[in-house]
Amino acid sequence: MDRPNSYKRDEAGEQPPYLHPEYRSTVLRAPKQPLVPLPHTLSEITGPVYGHEKVGPLDHDLTRQHDGEPLGERIIVLGRVMDSNGRPVPDALMEIWQANSAGRYRHEVDNHPAPLDPNFSGGGRCVTDAGGRYRFVTIKPAAYPWGNDPNAWRPAHIHFSLFGTAFATRLITQMYFPGDPLLACDAIFNSIPDAGARHRLVCRLDLEHTEPEWALAYEFDIVLRGRDATPMEG
Amino acid sequence: MATRHGTTPSQTIGPFHRIMVPWEGGAELVAPDHPAAIHIQGCILDGAGQPVDDSVIEIWQANVHGRYAHAEDTREVPLVEGFEGFGRAITDGDGRFDIVTVKPGCVPGPGETVQAPHIALSVFARGLLKQLVTRIYFADEAAANDQDPVLRTITEPGRRDTLLAVPRASGGAPPVYDFEICLQGPRETVFFDV
Ligand SMILES: [Fe+2]
Repeated sequence: MDRPNSYKRDEAGEQPPYLHPEYRSTVLRAPKQPLVPLPHTLSEITGPVYGHEKVGPLDHDLTRQHDGEPLGERIIVLGRVMDSNGRPVPDALMEIWQANSAGRYRHEVDNHPAPLDPNFSGGGRCVTDAGGRYRFVTIKPAAYPWGNDPNAWRPAHIHFSLFGTAFATRLITQMYFPGDPLLACDAIFNSIPDAGARHRLVCRLDLEHTEPEWALAYEFDIVLRGRDATPMEG
Repeated sequence: MATRHGTTPSQTIGPFHRIMVPWEGGAELVAPDHPAAIHIQGCILDGAGQPVDDSVIEIWQANVHGRYAHAEDTREVPLVEGFEGFGRAITDGDGRFDIVTVKPGCVPGPGETVQAPHIALSVFARGLLKQLVTRIYFADEAAANDQDPVLRTITEPGRRDTLLAVPRASGGAPPVYDFEICLQGPRETVFFDV
């Protein structure tokens, strides 16, 4: 164990910087000293790995957590989690959370004057299958205003949290919807310097997995960091 | 060599993460009455010295023997039944968090080095487009800290000390360590590029 098999570094422009003044909250929270490079040790190539034991049978379906159905457009969000070497990431815990179809979070600090939905909590979990695939059922969240400037609105989005295989692969991100005109002026989305990387956060309408007469499907694939060198195989 | 697939960018956790399904156990990695339990009580401050009251911290650590509960730690060091090594807490209105855990054992570092007892810590918050990663070391492990390959790369003593959890003088049981995280300012914590 003297030379752990480390994870690839992200490429320039692929990840947002800490300081992005257009997103005002970064100004007092971004560190000012340069980060200290950390070679990957056993502490970084291990990490919390959770699977099916954390997930109840209906946790992936945010439309069935209450007695009635939530209001809004029912959607399926599905895709594949893989690493940057193209290998699927199986049996991996994913968490999502989101606003309701009126753009309101069921959260004490959300005071946007849009209605709460008694049938929608907005939190879900699932585990990827053997091929790294996942599937959620939810309703399409709406845009909501935020205090970044006097007329700032977040594009509709779903928050995603993934553990992957190691401490070094931990990712929290947001998924956006195609064609949303608010993407062009969102300080958080546009913090990612590389346009190609930014658009990886926009899901794709997936007619093939749409369930006729029931729900549209959107495909969102997620790529986590992969190993630097592939171990020699047999 | 296969082509590299571009990675998915990070985005901020935002202010509304309490919607997530609550994390069972929170930041209690062991029961508070565990004989080896310690508390690590921390706070997070922003560049204006104001508490960061809407952040999530996550920790990852080896057990008391220095073994990670993970398939890639294949050493013949004992696992501890029921100890996973992961916890998650939300900072309170004063930017504070309280971890109940055990002090981890030493784990190997690069080459022949030995890493001093440490806990990996990530901070997620509104205003952080990507998590910040730091490590909690222990001020009462001076000999091990002096040999630690990561601490040795931080040559400014004032910066290195930002990684030390300091035992509280009261000497009660279970022991309490204080750990302050400053996102900016003269006491800015060392954050790592992982
Ligand atoms: Fe949000």
